[in-house]
Amino acid sequence: MSSSEDCDLDALVVLGDPVRRGLYRHVTGTPGEVGRDAAAEAAGISRSLAAFHLDKLVEAGLLEVCFRRLSGRSGPGAGRPSKMYRRAEGERAVSVPPRSYDTVSRLLAEVVERAGLDGELQAAAKAAWEAEGGAADSGADPVEALRERGYEPFWDGGTLRLNNCPFHALADQFPALVCGMNLAGIKGLLEGLPEGRSWRAAMDPLPRGCCVSLEVTEDI
Amino acid sequence: MLGPVNDFHLAQVNVGRIIAPLGSPQLADFVAHLPEINALADQAPGFVWRMVDDGGADSTGLRPKDDDDLFLINCSVWESVEALQDYTYRSAHLKVLARRREWFERLADFHHALWWVPAGHRPGVDEAMDRIALIRSTGEGPGAFTFRAPHPPPTGSPTT
Repeated sequence: MSSSEDCDLDALVVLGDPVRRGLYRHVTGTPGEVGRDAAAEAAGISRSLAAFHLDKLVEAGLLEVCFRRLSGRSGPGAGRPSKMYRRAEGERAVSVPPRSYDTVSRLLAEVVERAGLDGELQAAAKAAWEAEGGAADSGADPVEALRERGYEPFWDGGTLRLNNCPFHALADQFPALVCGMNLAGIKGLLEGLPEGRSWRAAMDPLPRGCCVSLEVTEDI
Repeated sequence: MLGPVNDFHLAQVNVGRIIAPLGSPQLADFVAHLPEINALADQAPGFVWRMVDDGGADSTGLRPKDDDDLFLINCSVWESVEALQDYTYRSAHLKVLARRREWFERLADFHHALWWVPAGHRPGVDEAMDRIALIRSTGEGPGAFTFRAPHPPPTGSPTT
């Protein structure tokens, strides 16, 4: 095993503890940053225990820390800034035996892009996810279906936004191709899910996360 | 105090051949999106300037290739690579970008180039087409590059 794999494995082993895993999921599934109190409450543990586990996650490179004054005030008298946590940049993956699907996906994307097959890729994604949605036995709720696929959905008023892009590195390199595929796939998923028909997905990028947002429409 | 002012701005050119005339039903959606997408650029952080034709709304009236009525150009200037990148990929512009193959032919060669210009400079059609020619003949370099491998702005003050 290479040293970079050892490094990834060391980081991921930290998530073996169920309490830590719960904290990690809470922090990464929340848009913006999370403080110790909120994390402790979500995990149902004490503030000091939450602080201990959060700092272990920081040590492992899975979360990063920033300091922010929750009062919104600044200058003298504003109080000490709070320690806040958010997901660290970078991706961790370990595979046994070694697999390099990322290498293949990059090459395939390059070829599809050069061949101008955007439309064909979108059609394939739509058909595949529609079939998956129709076959889903775990439930028909689009929010849960998106959560299962790693999008980390959250409500922003009446709009469902997606905190994570499951195709981040590839979307970064081939945005038009991969984001177009992703939108078509989500539209297919909604059509396949019994409860998805009244939903509408559109491209609506924020600075971070998936570029698609969703709304429930009245007119079916 | 004001922050440092960049001596150089980023110029961008994109060329493409539409699959049918602008007035055709195939291009209707593209044409319908133009006002929104251009207004979005004009208000985007770091936007400096964009090339327009005699109509003044957009550059779809320009024909950089005399003999080809389907060959379009768009060209603009931005404060930084990040500013242009944010507009291109992290705004509603992405939704038209993802539909590019519905309206534009696939071009086998480079159809996009970035280069640095002295702040205040407005590239013309010939200069922009020269950058496309440059990246096609010599590949990506400081004189014509892409988002894949951005070059830093030149150091020192512009000579022009």
